[in-house]
Amino acid sequence: MTAVYNNNTADASAEVAVTISIDGADVIVPEGATVLDACNAAGVDTPTLCYAENLTAVNACRLCVVEMDGSRTLIPSCSRPAEDGMVIKTDSERVRHSRKMVLEFLGSGVDLSQADELGTWSEFYGADADRYGPAPARINEPVKIQDDLYIRDYDKCVLCYKCVEACGDDAQHTFAISVSGRGFDARISTEFDITLPDSACVYCGNCVAVCPTNALQFKTEFDLRTVGEWRPEEHEVTTTVCSYCGVGCNLEMHVQDNTIVKVTSPNDHDVTSGHLCIKGRFGWQYVQPTIERGPTT
Amino acid sequence: MADLKFTDDQASAEESAAIDAVIGDERATVHEHPRVIRGGTKRRHRMRHLLLPALHALQTESGWISPGGLNYICEQLQVPPAEAFGVASFYELFKVDQAPGHDEAVTHVCVDGPCRAGSAQVIAGIKAGGGHVHESPCLGQCERPTAVFVQGRRGPNVVKADAPNVLAQHGEPALRLLHRVGVVDPESLDSYRSHGGYAALDAAIAAGPDAVIASLTESGLSGRGGAAFPTGIKWRGVRDADGDTKHIVANCDESEPGTFKDRIVMESDPFALVEAMTIAAVTTGAENGWIYVRGEYPLATARVQNAIDLARSAGLLGDDVAHSGQRFDIEVRRGAGAYICGEETALFNSLEGFRGEPRNKPPYPTTHGLFNQPTAINNPETLLNVLPIVLEGAASYRSVGTESSPGTRLFCLSGDVGNPGLYEFAFGVTLGEVLERAGGVEGELQAVLLGGAAGTFVDSTSLDMALTLEDTRAAGTTLGSGVVMVFNQNADMTDTCTRIAEFFRNESCGQCVPCRVGAVRQHEMLVELRTGGPAMPDDRRQLHDDMARAMADSSICGLGHTACSAVASALTLGLIGTSQ
Amino acid sequence: MVGLATVLGAGGGTSSYKEIEETDVILLWGSNAREAHPIFFHHLLKGLDNGATMYAVDPRRTSSARFADLWLGIEVGSDVALANTVAREIIAADLHDKAFVAHSTRNFAELKAAVEPYTLERGAELTGVPADAIREMAHAYATAEKAQILWTLGITEHHNAVDNVLALCNLALLTGHVGRWGSGLVPLRGQNNVQGGGDMGALPDKFPGFQNVNDPDAIAKFEAAWGTKLNPEPGIHLTLMFEAMERSEIKAVYVIGENPADSEADINHARAMLASLDLLVVQDIFLTRTAEMADVVFPASIAWAESNGTVTSSERRVQRVRAAVTPPGEARDDIQILFDLAALMGVDWGQANPEQLWDELRSLSPMHAGMSWERLEAAGGLQWPCPSLDHPGSPFLHAWLWADDLDGREPAPFSAVVHQGPKEELTDEFPLRLTTGRALDSYNTGVQSGGFNSPIRYGDALDMNPADARALSIVDGEVVQVSSPRGSVEMAVRFQPDIPEGLTFTTFHFPELVDANVLTSDAWDKRSGTAEFKAASIRVDRLVGAAHG
Repeated sequence: MTAVYNNNTADASAEVAVTISIDGADVIVPEGATVLDACNAAGVDTPTLCYAENLTAVNACRLCVVEMDGSRTLIPSCSRPAEDGMVIKTDSERVRHSRKMVLEFLGSGVDLSQADELGTWSEFYGADADRYGPAPARINEPVKIQDDLYIRDYDKCVLCYKCVEACGDDAQHTFAISVSGRGFDARISTEFDITLPDSACVYCGNCVAVCPTNALQFKTEFDLRTVGEWRPEEHEVTTTVCSYCGVGCNLEMHVQDNTIVKVTSPNDHDVTSGHLCIKGRFGWQYVQPTIERGPTT
Repeated sequence: MADLKFTDDQASAEESAAIDAVIGDERATVHEHPRVIRGGTKRRHRMRHLLLPALHALQTESGWISPGGLNYICEQLQVPPAEAFGVASFYELFKVDQAPGHDEAVTHVCVDGPCRAGSAQVIAGIKAGGGHVHESPCLGQCERPTAVFVQGRRGPNVVKADAPNVLAQHGEPALRLLHRVGVVDPESLDSYRSHGGYAALDAAIAAGPDAVIASLTESGLSGRGGAAFPTGIKWRGVRDADGDTKHIVANCDESEPGTFKDRIVMESDPFALVEAMTIAAVTTGAENGWIYVRGEYPLATARVQNAIDLARSAGLLGDDVAHSGQRFDIEVRRGAGAYICGEETALFNSLEGFRGEPRNKPPYPTTHGLFNQPTAINNPETLLNVLPIVLEGAASYRSVGTESSPGTRLFCLSGDVGNPGLYEFAFGVTLGEVLERAGGVEGELQAVLLGGAAGTFVDSTSLDMALTLEDTRAAGTTLGSGVVMVFNQNADMTDTCTRIAEFFRNESCGQCVPCRVGAVRQHEMLVELRTGGPAMPDDRRQLHDDMARAMADSSICGLGHTACSAVASALTLGLIGTSQ
Repeated sequence: MVGLATVLGAGGGTSSYKEIEETDVILLWGSNAREAHPIFFHHLLKGLDNGATMYAVDPRRTSSARFADLWLGIEVGSDVALANTVAREIIAADLHDKAFVAHSTRNFAELKAAVEPYTLERGAELTGVPADAIREMAHAYATAEKAQILWTLGITEHHNAVDNVLALCNLALLTGHVGRWGSGLVPLRGQNNVQGGGDMGALPDKFPGFQNVNDPDAIAKFEAAWGTKLNPEPGIHLTLMFEAMERSEIKAVYVIGENPADSEADINHARAMLASLDLLVVQDIFLTRTAEMADVVFPASIAWAESNGTVTSSERRVQRVRAAVTPPGEARDDIQILFDLAALMGVDWGQANPEQLWDELRSLSPMHAGMSWERLEAAGGLQWPCPSLDHPGSPFLHAWLWADDLDGREPAPFSAVVHQGPKEELTDEFPLRLTTGRALDSYNTGVQSGGFNSPIRYGDALDMNPADARALSIVDGEVVQVSSPRGSVEMAVRFQPDIPEGLTFTTFHFPELVDANVLTSDAWDKRSGTAEFKAASIRVDRLVGAAHG
């Protein structure tokens, strides 16, 4: 027998490294890495919104833009592959200006009150979302509550496409939601805006998990926030393994007052990549110590 | 693939028949036997590009994208209904709600550029007659305002003036690109041949791909769509790209306000487009051709389709193009009303059956274009230039124009000039000469919009500017798509600029934040100026500068990059925002 | 597991999830992973997006089968016939990996003879699937560079479950699709620790680490470690236990975390047996129907959310579970309950400590030896075998099949198996086939998944082909009486155009509403102990007084 098979992966070809300059410092990253990866390797903190490590970069928010020598425009670091010899500036006046403006644009039309990181970055870049006149257009829609599992608050939606990707071919392949309409009127929507229970939605909650602004929110969180009892600083997060089948999905149980308030999965766990199914995401109510485990019949 | 779930809405028999007619016999899911069903991801992906034609069929049949009809399309193509709805709702010509009068023909009336002034009266007239009206962005008939386009239901779409296009330069020997317009019978292959047609294809086949690419490179031909990328390099890139399946795409989604050159070429000399694409095919090795025509060009679409059919019958398309041994054929696809689809990667997405949102570049179309395969995408004007280069050689081609801008350029003259229409001039002609040749300015010149809504205003101080790539770039303006829109002293520039801002607000695809929000904020600012002006306070002016810079720096595509440029130039020239 | 262990010597899926993302051909056989193993299906979808071709073999066109390039809707219980036909076609078309077969397998001649009668025509006859489709799947599987066979209960919940698995193993051995990256045999497990339970020796004839209870060396090792005399006789599995109860050989039963009074096939019989016991002890997190019948109930904490330990997944990955909340009332950790019982019986095991117990396992089970608690914490789990602390774990098994000397092992045996069909044949009285399965948002008998309000839950219904239903004048949604030779239930009919005529289907997630397991067959496989939940015969009658529809 002459066949030789690597025990770990089909393709373990030697990695090619590329050298790229980030703010004057040379950084070596493997081929295929992005400029953002290189920024991270260089220890440069970069604001992102539509980027997630477990989704394909759509580079729609343009918050992570950096300046590259030889490029007429700024480039999105999240999706631009690093190439040998690139010279990148992450803190030039142009970069700071564009990031500030993106944050201002978002702040001028969207409720970012529950997008903690954006608030910090807005302060950092000096974004002033109030300078757009007395009544800049915004979405102004009531919160959509159509079931007991999660809610949709379009006033908080920044149209980052993450939920669409998680529902679509980055994870769930259900495609219950898509972007509809165009321009400022574009919305994340089911077909003809039918309700989620009527749609193809299978309630995996993966859209909720990737939402950066709480526009999609688990009902448990929404209810606790409504009564002022949502206290994330007190949450204990414990990683365990889902019991609903033999796949071995890791669950992060977010617990407040010995009560489970939310379930997520770690993005860097290679079984789930952060994605779960309806049972893993929502099937824990029976664990709630506050609920009596009485007869099952 | 997806978890497909459909609502209970059913298509009518007429709807399903209309949809079947464009989809053909293949289905994404085939019930081969009660116990064997064929389907799968690859089949579904292969058929997705039929979504746009199917939506057109449904819209035409029912006057809207009905839930039952959408369900039917989605079942046949195995497209998730939410995605199909997302696609349908992206386009102006598809109605996703059952608006009053949706089951009648809709008359689209242009409210842009030179059509703006007369549009209100036209609209009122149609409404008075009980007609159904839609206010439309530029319909590409700027030489004959007020432009209208009738979107028929169960009937043909028509544009108002289907008369032959007669050029002001008719018969001028200097015409290289337009010499057949108004001369040749656009519906006859024999007529085209008798006017020199298909000599270039024979020459290209005889010379071989490397020689053709060398000539193109030597000629200095660059893309006429706005980005001015060297055509020789583009074709070389496609020829050298890995991949068995390659594409030639003609970008005929002409939508830049003030532009109508593609329409006239397609209506009056459609075989030239087909021939030039065929040369591109035998040069790059591409077997698949696509012409993406904007949906508001029914006559151009019909003429191009006719040209393709006749060429195919004559063996000039098909399995062995002109005995070259290469297969090449062309499909025509109609856009559905979206300016952004003129952006090449947005066009690919649209053609593939997705929302017409631009992709991030790189990778570039030469390696990752249509269906992620190597693609040469060119504007019709660029393609027309290939014919004289192949026939007469690069040196002859370079005998006119300038060193950096060789050859000729098409200009779309509209607005307050004596003789609006399509013109061809050698690069280097001055703006003043152009205006003069077009019958001179009617009244006193206030401003000229160069390059369309995505371009910039210039004023009388620019009349001596040579119209070349290098001179316009140095002057901070652009030739863009060749728009020369003239405004005399009576024009309300604040209103004009507000409308330009509104145009971008409406046409931004919404994908990236700078453009989606910036375009709205710019429009709000112009509305504020129109009602509160005439002077624009310094802080507002600063804000516009801030927005313009960020949009130019960090938007995904050219739409966002240029959405503020016309307004910014108007502010700089003092056309708007000053207290006078 | 019995089938895999027989052929390859290890009772575990051969491959990692990551491999299916990179394989070329997927045979999804008797598995509705889209609903039952949704996150594994994500990996499969990546494989499809990467260009893999999928063949779905299932009597129903399940939500998983809808993603397939080709669905083969075989007759319930004709899996061996299909596999044998595929094997014969591969041999007849000379597509088997002759070098691999010669070097790494034995009994090829026996296999060849055994499958010889299964021509494409006969296969089509037995399975109901046209010969062309079988041939296409056979050729695709055989000629793929990498290919995987995945299965679940559609293979194992049959009276001839072991034969089914052996027949699938034959295909992998014929083509060399095992023992290397991207190719393999993958049974998907229904609970987070089915694999772990077997690993830990919760099998009638095994010590931890799949060491035989009648192996003298193993006995000596475990007796020394545990300081007690051990019984070398293999025990009996669940289905045999019920038979032993019937013969009054078993009089006392201690049930831990199982609800047989709802979940057993032929449920009325099972309940009668449990009721007849002298002593029934139930240790559970719920007061289940079984617990309600018990003499003593030990309330337990929830293993994955209220206690610490490990579980093993379908890719043999051992991972930590951790207590996220404190259990209510008197509920205690399962292990602590056993320790406390031991103390009452006069043996002091001290305080239960999961890490100490794990270390004891590592000292006794060589395949776990390298999995220190610390490594399990850090690496997000390790895949057995992992024999030493510097061993990275094993993404796939049986690389020895490709070694020049087979690592000193015997070549893997082909198995000659024959088509039998379901035990319960259709009759004039019970003319419809009933098969069972699971829905995405529910789990087994629903005691856990019933706790949340799923917007997509529709309850247990009887899926019927509309033609079958209309022949009985039944309308969509009508409540009917469904009877098998063992009993009757009332349930609603759901029209399902994709289900072949003659076949019906139900879930069994809501036993308090529809006692679907009243209907299921009590036939079972003597080797694996699994009952034939997948094939019963039924009749459907309109309720007396139902209006003509």
